[in-house]
Parts: sequence; C-alpha cells; structure tokens
Amino acid sequence: MTGILSLVTFAPMVGVVAILAMRLFAPKADEAAVANSSRWIAMAVTLATFALSILPILAFKPAQTGMQFVEDLTWFAGVHYQMGVDGISVLFVLLTTFLMPLAILASWKSIGNRVAEYMICFLVLETLMIGVFCAMDLVLFYVFFEGGLIPMFLIIGIWGGKNRVYAAYKFFLYTLAGSVLMLAAILTMAGIAHTTSIPALTAYHFAPGLQIWLWLAFFASFAVKMPMWPVHTWLPDAHVEAPTAGSVILAGVLLKMGGYGFLRFSLPMFPYASTYFTPLIFAMSAIAIVYTSLVAFRQTDMKKLIAYSSVAHMGFVTMGIFSGNLQGVQGAIFQMLSHGVISGALFLCVGVIYDRMHTREIAFYGGLVNRMPWYAAVFMLFTMGNVGLPGTSGFVGEFLTMTGAYGASTTTALFAATGVILSAVYALSLYRRVVFGELVNPKLAAITDLDWREVVIFAPLIFGALALGVYPHFITGVTQASVNHLIDLWRAGAGG
Amino acid sequence: MKALLTTLVFAPLLGAIVAGLFGRRIGDKLSMAVTTALLFLSCGLSWFTFANVAWGSWTQHYVFQLLPFIDVGAFQSTWSIRLDTLSAVMLVVINTVSALVHLYSWGYMAEDDSKPRFFAYLSLFTFAMLMLVTAADFMQLFFGWEGVGLASYLLIGFWFKKPTANAASIKAFVTNRVGDFGFALGIMTIFWMFHTIRFAELFPLIAAKAGTSWTFAGVSWSALDIAGFLLFIGAAGKSAQFFLHVWLPDAMEGPTPVSALIHAATMVTAGVYMLCLLSPLYEYAPVAREIITVIGAITCLFAATVGLAQNDIKRVIAYSTCSQLGYMFFAAGLGVYQAAMFHLFTHAFFKALLFLGAGSVINGMHHEQDMRKMGGLYNKLPITCAVMLIGTIAITGLGIPGLDIGFAGFYSKDAILTAAFQSGHSQAFGYFAYIVGTLVAGLTAYYSWRLAFMTFNGTAKWSHAADHGDAHGGAAVAHAGHGHASSAQIETHSEPDVTADHGHDAHGHGHDFKPHESPWVMLLPLVALSIGAIFAGGVFAHLFIGEGRDAFWRGAIYTGANNHILANLEEAPKWVALLPLVASVIGLLVAAYFYLLHEGLAARLAANNGLLYRFLYNKWYVDEVYDFIFVRGAKALGDLFWKGGDQKIIDGLGPNGVAQVSAKAGRGLSVLQSGYVYHYAFVMLLGVAGLLTYAMWAWVR
Repeated sequence: MTGILSLVTFAPMVGVVAILAMRLFAPKADEAAVANSSRWIAMAVTLATFALSILPILAFKPAQTGMQFVEDLTWFAGVHYQMGVDGISVLFVLLTTFLMPLAILASWKSIGNRVAEYMICFLVLETLMIGVFCAMDLVLFYVFFEGGLIPMFLIIGIWGGKNRVYAAYKFFLYTLAGSVLMLAAILTMAGIAHTTSIPALTAYHFAPGLQIWLWLAFFASFAVKMPMWPVHTWLPDAHVEAPTAGSVILAGVLLKMGGYGFLRFSLPMFPYASTYFTPLIFAMSAIAIVYTSLVAFRQTDMKKLIAYSSVAHMGFVTMGIFSGNLQGVQGAIFQMLSHGVISGALFLCVGVIYDRMHTREIAFYGGLVNRMPWYAAVFMLFTMGNVGLPGTSGFVGEFLTMTGAYGASTTTALFAATGVILSAVYALSLYRRVVFGELVNPKLAAITDLDWREVVIFAPLIFGALALGVYPHFITGVTQASVNHLIDLWRAGAGG
Repeated sequence: MKALLTTLVFAPLLGAIVAGLFGRRIGDKLSMAVTTALLFLSCGLSWFTFANVAWGSWTQHYVFQLLPFIDVGAFQSTWSIRLDTLSAVMLVVINTVSALVHLYSWGYMAEDDSKPRFFAYLSLFTFAMLMLVTAADFMQLFFGWEGVGLASYLLIGFWFKKPTANAASIKAFVTNRVGDFGFALGIMTIFWMFHTIRFAELFPLIAAKAGTSWTFAGVSWSALDIAGFLLFIGAAGKSAQFFLHVWLPDAMEGPTPVSALIHAATMVTAGVYMLCLLSPLYEYAPVAREIITVIGAITCLFAATVGLAQNDIKRVIAYSTCSQLGYMFFAAGLGVYQAAMFHLFTHAFFKALLFLGAGSVINGMHHEQDMRKMGGLYNKLPITCAVMLIGTIAITGLGIPGLDIGFAGFYSKDAILTAAFQSGHSQAFGYFAYIVGTLVAGLTAYYSWRLAFMTFNGTAKWSHAADHGDAHGGAAVAHAGHGHASSAQIETHSEPDVTADHGHDAHGHGHDFKPHESPWVMLLPLVALSIGAIFAGGVFAHLFIGEGRDAFWRGAIYTGANNHILANLEEAPKWVALLPLVASVIGLLVAAYFYLLHEGLAARLAANNGLLYRFLYNKWYVDEVYDFIFVRGAKALGDLFWKGGDQKIIDGLGPNGVAQVSAKAGRGLSVLQSGYVYHYAFVMLLGVAGLLTYAMWAWVR
C-alpha cells in the first residue's frame, strides 16, 4: 500500500489538469458547457478520491501506534517528502474526502460564474487539506497548511457575498499573523534538532524553557485556526460571506487543522509547555463555550449563529485535548469529526433556503415546515446534533470531552456543562424562528421542499450523524491505540 | 428471553420509523394501525415479563448486551437491556399507558391532519422511555433520558403554528437541560470516583466511599452526597420538582393524550425511577436525601396550592401531577423507595385516567378547556363522568383504613405518609414531610373535587355560550377590571380547532353547541385505566410494600442496614393513617360547599382578587422571576459580549483598525473589481514562497 497516501492526496489534481486541459484545447467553448463539464469533472474526481481514501482505512491496523503507509523521499535541502498516517490523522483524511463531493454537489446550481475556476480552487484545496493530515515532515506540513489559505481566500473573496472582501481580508490577516509565528518556531526547531521529520522531532526533547516559546508560537497559529476565544471574530464574517460549500469545508475541515495541530505538535513535542499552559487553555475554552453560546443566541443572521456555535463547539475540543486523559482526547477527536458532519450539514441547511430566497436573515423566515416538511425534519435532526442529543454524533464528543475535563479540572467541566443548556437555547430558538409558526411572509408562499439533489447531499450526512451517534466505536476503535500512545508521550515528557 | 425483551423494546421504534418516514405514503389508517398494534404487542410482552418476574421463574438480574456504545478506557457503555423488578414495573407502566393512549388518540386526534407524525412521536417517546428504564449503565440511561426529552419537546410543540406551543416546547427542553447539566456532572463525578459507569459494577463499590470527601469546583464535599445531589438535579428537572417545575404546566400546550402519557404517567416519573434505581448510592448519601426530602415536600405543597386557583382543566391536573411527584420524591428522600415506586405505579393509572378523562371532556366540549365554561356535564358525558369520579376517588386516596379497602391512591399515599411519620424517629425531615403530606392530602381533595364539581355538576355555563355577553364566564370578566391581562392570556390556552381550515363551524361556540360523549375508542382506554385506578393499589400492595416485598424486589432496590421504616409501618399509631383521610374528607366537603351548595361563591371570592389568591393564581410568580433573571439576563449578556466584546474590543483593537485602512484602499481599488482579490492571493503566495525560501536558507546555514 505504499504510495496510497500520495495517490489520495494528489488525486484531485487530476481534476485540475482535466479542467485546465479542457480550457486549453477548447478555448472557444461556450461558458455553460465549460461550467457543466467542470462540475462533472470535479464531481467524478472527488468521488474517486473518496473511494481511494477508503483503502487506507480498510488496510489500517488500529493496534499499531506508529505511522502507517509511510513514504519517504528526499526533497530538497534536507527536507523530506515524508507522508504517513496514524490512528488520529487517518480519519481526518476520510472526513475531507467525504465532505468534498457533497460540497461540489452543493455548489451545482448556486455557483454560476467562473465555475471552472471555482472547481479548480476546491480541488486544489482538497489536495492541500489531505496533505496537511498526511504530511510527516514539518516543512511539508507547513506548505500544505498555509497553502490551504489561498484557495479558501479566493473562494470567499470571489464567490462570496456582498461584504466578501472585508471577510477575506480578515480571514487572511488573522491566519497569516498566526502562521508567521509558527514558521519562526519551525525554523528554530529545525536549527536545533537538525531535522524536520515529525517522528524525529517528536522523539527529540526540547529544553523546557524553549518549549514555552515554541509552544506559544504554534499556539498562535492553531488558536486562530480553531478558532479559540478571543481570536475567533474572523470566523463569523468568513462564514457569512463564503458560499455554502465554502462554509461546509471551512467548518468541516479547515477548523480541524488547529485541533489536529495541537495533537500532532504541541502535546508530543512540547509536553512540558503543554502542561504549563493547560490552565490557560482551560480558561479560554470555558470562556469560549459560555461567551460564544450567549453571543450565538443573539444573532439575527443564520450563518453567523451557526458560526458562533462552531466556536463554542471547538471550545469543547481544546478543553478535551488538554485534559490529558483518554476520555478527553478521544472525545476531542470525536467532536472534531462529528462537528465536521453536523456543522457542515447545518451550513447546507442554511444554503438550501438561501438558494431559494437569497437571504440569511432569520426574521425573513418562519413557518417553513408548512411548505417544507422534509427540510424541517432534516434541519431538526442536525439541530439536535448541534445540541448534542444522545443518539447523534454530537453527544459523544461533547460528553467525553467534558468527562475528560472533569478528570483534570472540575471547575472547567462545570463551566463547560453550561454549554449543554446554552446550546439548546440558541439552537432551538433558531429552529423555532425559521421553521415553526405560521407561514407569514408572502414571499415564502411558493417555497419548495428539498429536491433530489439536496436529498442526495443530506443522506450521507444523516447516516454519518446517526451511525456515529449510535456506534461511536467506528471512530474510537481506530483512534484508541494512537491516543494512548500520545498521552503516554505527553506524560513521560511532562514528568521528565 | 433476550429475543422477547428485544422485541418488546424495539417494536415501538419500528412503529415510529414506519409512521414517521412512510406515513404519507401508507396513509393515516395504516400508520395508526401499525404503531398501535406494535404497542399492544409490547404491552402484552411487558405483562408477560412482569408476571414472570413477580410470580414466575425470572428471578435473577438479567443484563442482555446488544452492541457497544461509548467505549473509551474505563468509560465503558453498552447498549443493553437490563431486567430486574424495577425495570419490569416500569415496562408495565409505560407500555400499558402508552398502548391505551395510542388507542385513545384514534378518537382524540381524528380531526388532525398529521396523524402519522403524531403516532410516530408517541411511539418514539415510548421507545426512548423503554431504553431509559432498561439501561444497564449511565450512558444508555442518559440516552433515554434526553430521548424522552426530545419526544416531549416535539409533542408539546406538535401544533407548531401556535406560538404558545412553540414557546412551551422550548421552555420544556431548556429547563430539562438545566436538570441534565447537573445530571451530566453527576455522571462524571461517578465516573471519576469509581472509574465505571455500569450499574452492576458501580453498586458494590459505593459503600467503601462512604465518609470520604471529594473536591468539586474547588470545594471539598462529602463524596457520595455531592454525587447524589448532582444526579438529583437531573431527576428534579425531568420530574418537575420545585425550581425546575416551570415547564410542566406549560407543557399542557401539547395534545391531551401526550399530557396523559408523558406529563403524567411516564416521563415525569423518570426522576423517581432514577432515585430508586440509585438507592445503593442514596442510602449512603444522607445529606443528598435530606435535600430531596425537603424539595419534594416543597414541590408537593407548592403545586397543590397553585392547583387550588387554576381554571384550565388540564393545568389543574398538571399541578396535581407535580404535587404527586413531590410525594414520590420525599418518599425516596426518606428512604422508602418501595413506597415511592408504588405510588409511581398507582399514580400512572389514575393520573392517566384523569388526563384522558379531561381530554374526553375537552373533546366533548369542542376544545374548551376553561372549567368556568363547563358545568352540568354529568348527563351529557355519563361514562366520562363516571371514570373521572373513579380517578378523583383514587387520587384523593379515599378508603377505609381499618378494613384496608380503597382505590389505588389510598394504598400508596397511605404507605408514604405512614412511612414518613415512622421515619421521623430517625430522620430530620420525617415529621415535616408527614405534616406537609397530610396537609396536601386535604388540598388535593379540594382541587380534585373542585375540578369534578365545576365540570360535571352545577349549572351548565355552556348553554349560554351562544350569548356573547356571557361567553367569558363571570370570574374572567371580574378579572378584566383588575389589570390582569397577562394572567388572563396565560389561562385561555386551548387546543386549536384543527378543522377550522375546512370551514366546519360545528366546533365554534355556535348556536347548536352541544357537549357530546366521546367515541368508544376513547372510552375503552378510560374504562381500562379505571380498572387500574381501582385495583392497582389493593392487588399489588402486598408485593410492593407488604410482606412480599423482599421476594418481589429481590435487591433491585437497596435498603441500608439501618433502614427499617417499611418493616415498622404496622407499628405506627392508628391516627397517623387516619389524619390524611380526615384532611381529604375536609377537602371534599369544602369543595362541595363552594361548588355544589353555594355555586358562584368561589367565583365571587376570586373576583375580590385578594393577595393570597393572586399569589396562587400567578403560581407564586416563579415564571416572572425566572424571566427577569435568566431570560433577560442571557439576552443582555449575549448582547454585551457580542457588541461590546467582539465588535468593540476584539475587532476594534484587532483587525478593524487595519481593516479601515483596507476599506479605503478597497474604494480606491474598486475599479479593479475582483482583480485585486487575485492580487492579494498573489501577494500571499509570494509571501509564503519567500518565507519558505528564508526557512531553507536559515536551515542550510
């Protein structure tokens, strides 16, 4: 199976090449034909990528703690092209390839201009995102990690809403500010340890004093990506302006890179500093959960509301990661994967009515259930997932991270548990204002229920949210050994 | 046996899926038939199971594992079916009431245009409730716990066009979530204290932790008391105990069969069930138990006093439920779990009966719920009247103490109060609970008979209904002048007239207004429940609380070595059992005086609008206080964080200063349109490339 990771990572580039070739060889083709072929090419390629990405899952040996399917080529100047996955990253690859065809399908009708460029952006983005989770070399990781900024920046900046430039700018400013610091840290580490290989760096023991600085530099980047309070304000704007599919990928995958970064770098490489800063993370997480939940409650724009709720949910993730026990870390990984499905689906729910009415104002809607019963049912399911109802995947991660946090700090768990109440407050009031009641607005009188394309988009997400909610072992079984190993590394490092 | 139990638990889920997903395709009749038939199947199997457990050979504690649920380290949970006496009792209660409610809904919901959805929700609720009571660990318990909450939310808001129904459904869900906040923390406490969440592994470990301390939120507590208290918060939310009771009266916005099933017989008793299930914990948590006793007694008294002054027939019964749950809670708090379970058992029958009877009245009165507009219905709805009478006798606990003959409530309430008195020798709040419970017995009799008299006796107010001047009844008119607009609104909730869309006018208060008896599909369940309300006490007292209790419970409920309350019931003085009965008779007589002999007297007193009356009528103003503190508080904080925190401070100090410059630049560059987006991207790319180059250079050096 050697080479499978590169195959999965770069498979989307086949689509890019195909679209470019089409443009090159048929420069006079009319816009509609180009648009349509681009859609189909992107669809076919992302589906093929998804199919390919199942292979490493099937061949994966969960009991092994090390990297699997390792590829190692010398690249340049001592940097290696080194790829590999362990129990933690392999599922994120799957999440990415799983969401991507749905994002393409969601853009089928709503994106009408520059479709070919749009699809290229998404395909490039997919390669970069998969690369982040497979890269086993720090520089390679950095290339993928930062490279992902560019297509997402373009997606928001070109195909976004009215205020897209401001949002894209804010997104860019925050993330780049974080990553400059991370780059500095990477340089330092490479200079000291004389390697950029992640497994080698994990085994290298940095001096405690240095760990503090390195940890902070990585933290700057990951905290923005998560995003953690108080560097979260770019996210609501980015979501509001991004096209639906952009939001799905942003919430579904890009936010997870921060959490993944903490797991891959901060904990194992800087164990001393991770322990040192745990109270800080706990405080920021607890504040994020309470603060952003309350802010979400007051939003008048559907996407902003869901964006703020994402920040709150990511608060559970950071809290779980730094709890330093099996329940917390497993819960955090679970929460990230589950959030990818549920928040992606919620943004798609907004997209469904945005496509029809071209507004996200909550006050515009009301009484949709009268015309759109199936939509109401789907939206209810994901609202409950967002609320963390047992039986949906949202519950497992939330409960495990809280349990984990309780083991480390009961006070943090106490604050986090108020999120259980607050999520019900904002999510149900959103649902009520949009879906229930009489259909008052005359503009909604002819609104139509889900069509087949939309049903096809939601079906796999519904399956994912319920299957993971009832049988979380799908995930926990894969991640268990790697997480145990990670915690051992942290404990050993922090103790020494 | 495993197959039987699996069928029993999952049959309602199957029904819910069929009716919920395919209801439109297969039609109303088939959806209703499938769900109802599966529920009766479940019900039959439940009685079979119960019989085998109570009198037969299924004498062990069985746990059948189905599928792993959450399995992370020591945090091990499995989807399973636990069968012991406790769960067997609950199976019978849930499925009996649910099957009858399904049947009853054929008639009650006949005019509704989304019957498949209604039946799907009912069956889904039943499934969640069954999962709750058959759980073998805390996670499945929590699944069922929140699952019933979801079903309750969906059913309270069933008529989604009504704003009041939507508000009530959210209030119910959120209030329950406040309870679940405590419950979740309780589960975590248990997990970190004992490193297991499976009941079978947990219970033997508890005794060893007695007397140890536990640090929670920076404070050192008695370990088992803090665990017990946190879990109790969950129970209090689900069972609408004082402080968290506010959702239950509003839940009456749901269709009446829902009120009977969920908000009287089953879901709201889940808290009691949990306390009894966790008796091995609570027996070692005396402080937590004292809190439970006090809160239970306060709830018991509070709800009964509010029930005195309500005029909506369903709200009276809702407060009555709340009050009866208080009895069960203080019984559990005092350590007589068997009596709490017994009252849960009998209460399920007579309270479901009362609710369904009220539904029959509402149906017969063409969706009128205000008792002031009823009266004299005994000969219009004779069967309903008869069964309501049975229900009223059962709840007021009338019986003959010496001969030990009475309706269901007589046995269970008598047991609780006698036990409360007996526990007074050893426990701080035993006598307190006895006194409150006895007083409430009187209040219960008053409001229950008041309901019966106002509805079925006296002059028929509805016969004047066509006369618009009198349409609102005397008392309501009296209110209008006293600045009571808000309370008047609260009170006039009624279930929507679903046929109004079709231009039917028979359901307005038209000229040919005639109350009518309900169809047989509604009366049949009433008769069945009446049998339960009469006999459930006498037949089962021996098993639940009498001599046969040890052989019956077989350790499903744990009683500490020093807990001999039940064994000492017989030693209580005679007057202890007599006093509640006297209170009950006094309540009956007072109600008769006000509503039979001097009809209209109560309305005139209400019109005086005294301080006490207003206090009770407005439910001790708890809703107003909560609204002021929590609802407005959350909104204000949310706005503060959003507009002050995010926009002014974070963005103001952070990106916006720079962003303003950019906006100016943006205007200057607007000729370039999206061109300058590419420009940015290009700069970024250059930047990344540049930094990388620098990185390489630095590293090579």
